[in-house]
Amino acid sequence: MSAVVQLEDIHKIYDSGEVPVHAVRGVSLEFHRGEFVALMGASGSGKSTLMNMLGCLDRPTRGRYRLDGTDVSGLGRDELADIRCQKLGFVFQGFNLLARTTALENVELPMMYGPHRLSGRDMRRRALECLEIVGLSQRADHFPNQLSGGQQQRVAIARALANKPEVLLADEPTGNLDSKTSVEVMGVFQQLNDQGITIVMVTHELDIAQYCKRNLVLRDGRIVADTTVARRLLAPAELAKLRAAEADARLTSG
Amino acid sequence: MRLANTTKVALRALRRNKMRSLLTALGLIIGVAAVIAMQSIGNGAKSQIEAQIASLGQNVITVFPGNFTSGGMRSGWGGASSLTVEDAEAIAREIPGALAVSCESRSREQVLANGLNWNTQVQGESPDYLQIRAWPCATGGTFSEQDVRSMAKVAVIGKTVADQLFPNQDPLGQTLRIRNIPFKIVGVLSAKGFNLFGQDQDDVVLVPYSSHMKRVARRTNLGSILVQAVSAEQIETVQQQINDLLTQRRNGREPDFTVRNQVEFAQMATATSKTMTILLLVAAVVSLVVGGIGIMNIMLVSVTERTREIGTRLAVGAHGRDVLVQFLLESVVLSGCGGAIGIVVGIVASRLITHFMGWPVIVPPVWILISFGISTLVGVFFGYYPARKAAQLDPIEALRFE
Repeated sequence: MSAVVQLEDIHKIYDSGEVPVHAVRGVSLEFHRGEFVALMGASGSGKSTLMNMLGCLDRPTRGRYRLDGTDVSGLGRDELADIRCQKLGFVFQGFNLLARTTALENVELPMMYGPHRLSGRDMRRRALECLEIVGLSQRADHFPNQLSGGQQQRVAIARALANKPEVLLADEPTGNLDSKTSVEVMGVFQQLNDQGITIVMVTHELDIAQYCKRNLVLRDGRIVADTTVARRLLAPAELAKLRAAEADARLTSG
Repeated sequence: MRLANTTKVALRALRRNKMRSLLTALGLIIGVAAVIAMQSIGNGAKSQIEAQIASLGQNVITVFPGNFTSGGMRSGWGGASSLTVEDAEAIAREIPGALAVSCESRSREQVLANGLNWNTQVQGESPDYLQIRAWPCATGGTFSEQDVRSMAKVAVIGKTVADQLFPNQDPLGQTLRIRNIPFKIVGVLSAKGFNLFGQDQDDVVLVPYSSHMKRVARRTNLGSILVQAVSAEQIETVQQQINDLLTQRRNGREPDFTVRNQVEFAQMATATSKTMTILLLVAAVVSLVVGGIGIMNIMLVSVTERTREIGTRLAVGAHGRDVLVQFLLESVVLSGCGGAIGIVVGIVASRLITHFMGWPVIVPPVWILISFGISTLVGVFFGYYPARKAAQLDPIEALRFE
C-alpha cells in the first residue's frame, strides 16, 4: 500500500535573521492511509515548521514531499492553495472560525474555494453532513460565540472534512481546551480515524498523544523517536472514567 | 460561482459594520453630492444666461463710437461722437446681410407723468428696434418711420416705468413729460427682466431716435447702431462688412468706432460661470480624493482586523486573487453605494436650492452616470492597495496574528 505522505530528506532553513536557522534537518518519513500520528517535541524542536510544510503552507528548502502521489515541493502559491483545498483539512489550536458567521457557513468555507462548482444547496447539504459527523447538526445556525470551546473545535473539524481531504492536519487541537473537552475532541478524531481518515496532529501533551496510534518525537529538527502506541487510550472509556471521578467528587463534597 | 460567493462575503462584511461603512462612504457621499449639485447649478445658470443672451435679440451686432484723443487725453470706448445717422443708413442700404438697423441715442432723464416722477433710461431708437430685440409690446404698438421723420412726440414705455408712473392704470394714450416735453404713450412693452449685467431692461422709455436727438438730448451723433444679421452664420461676415464700410466712409481717417457682436457678450458672461464651475469641480475632486483616502484607511484597518480570517481563507484553499477580489469588491461596493447615495443627496440638494433660493437648477443626467462611474473608480483605485496587501499575506503569519 502506497504512502499518502512521503517526506524525503526534508530541510528547512530560515534566512531572515542574521544567522540562518536550520529548523528542520533532514526528515524522512511516510504516513500511510488510516494512520493516526502525533507529532511531539519541545518548542523549537521544528515540529511547527514540519507541520507547516506537511500542510503545504510552507515549502521545504531542500528535499522532496509527495502528497497522495504528487510532488508538491516545487509548486507555486496558487497550486499549493489548490492542494490544501482538495487534499488537506486543517484544525487549528485557536479554532480560527470566522466570527459572526454561522457554524454552517464556516463549514462551507473550503467548498467556496473548491474545484467543484457546488450549488448553494449542495454546499449546505455537505456542510450539514460534516456537522452531523461531529455531532453538531443541531447547532448549524449558531455563531461561534454561542458555542463552547469544544463545540467550536468540532465545527472546525467539520470544516476540515468539508472537501473530503486525504489527510487531516491538526495543530495543537486541544491546546485551548480543558481536559474533559480535550478527551471529547480526541474522541471525534478517533471516530474519524476509525472511518479511515488519516490524521496527523501536533501536540506537546503526552496523554493526548496516547490517543493516537503512532508517536513521532522531534528534537532540533530531527526525528529522534518513532513509536507505535502500545497502550492506546480510547476516548469513550476515558470519558466514562472522568464522569465517575466527577460523581465521586460530588458525593464526597456533598 | 467563486465570484458570486466572494460578492456575498464582501456584502456581508459591509453589512456587519453598518455604521462604519456609512461613515466611510460619507466622504464620497458628500463629494458626489457636491458634484451633482454644482453641475445642476452650473447647468441652470448656463441655461439662464443662454435665455438672457437670447433676450438681447438674435444675431445682434453693435457698432460703438470709438475713443478720441484730445491734447494727449484719451477717452474710453464710446467717448467719441463719431457715429451718424448716415452711417446707419449706409449700413442698411449697402450691406445685404443686415436684416434690420436701429439708430440708438440714449440718456438718463427724469420723467414726469400722472403727478409722479421717475428717473429712467430714455432711448431714441428706430422702429426696427423691437424686432431686433425680439421684444413684443404688451399693449399698443411701436412708432413708425413716419414718426421718426416727423420727430413725433410718441413713446413706448417698459413695464417698470409703467408700474412706477401709472400704478393700477392703463398708461396707453396718456402723456409723460421728458424735459417738460409731452410724449404720448403709444405702447407698453412686455416684461423682459434683468439682463446679464443685472440691469432692469424694463426700466426704459423708447422714443423715435430723431425725437430723442433733437428734442431730448440735443445732439447730432448717434450713441450706437444696432444691426441684426440675417443668420448666425452671417454674423462674422456682416461684422466685417460693417467694419469695412465704415472705414471706407472715414476716407482714410483713423477708424473711430468698434463693432462687437452678441457672441462676444455671451462669451464674457459664460466665462464667469465657467470659472465658478471649475472652482467647484476642483472642490469636488478634492472631496472625492479625501473620500477615497477614507475608504483606503478603513480598508487597511479592515485587512489588519481580519488578518486571521484571511489566513484561514488562504489555509483552506483561497487563492491570493480570491482575497484580492473580496476586498476590492468590498471597497467598490462601499464607494459605489456612497456614490449612489451622493447622487440622491445631490439631486435633493439641487431641488432645495431651487425651492429656497429660487436659482434655476437642471440636474444633468450625464453627470449622474459620470459621478457614479467616478465613485466606483475611486473604490477600485483606493481599495486596490489594501486588497493587494491582504492577498499577499503569508498564510502562516496571518494565522498566527493576534
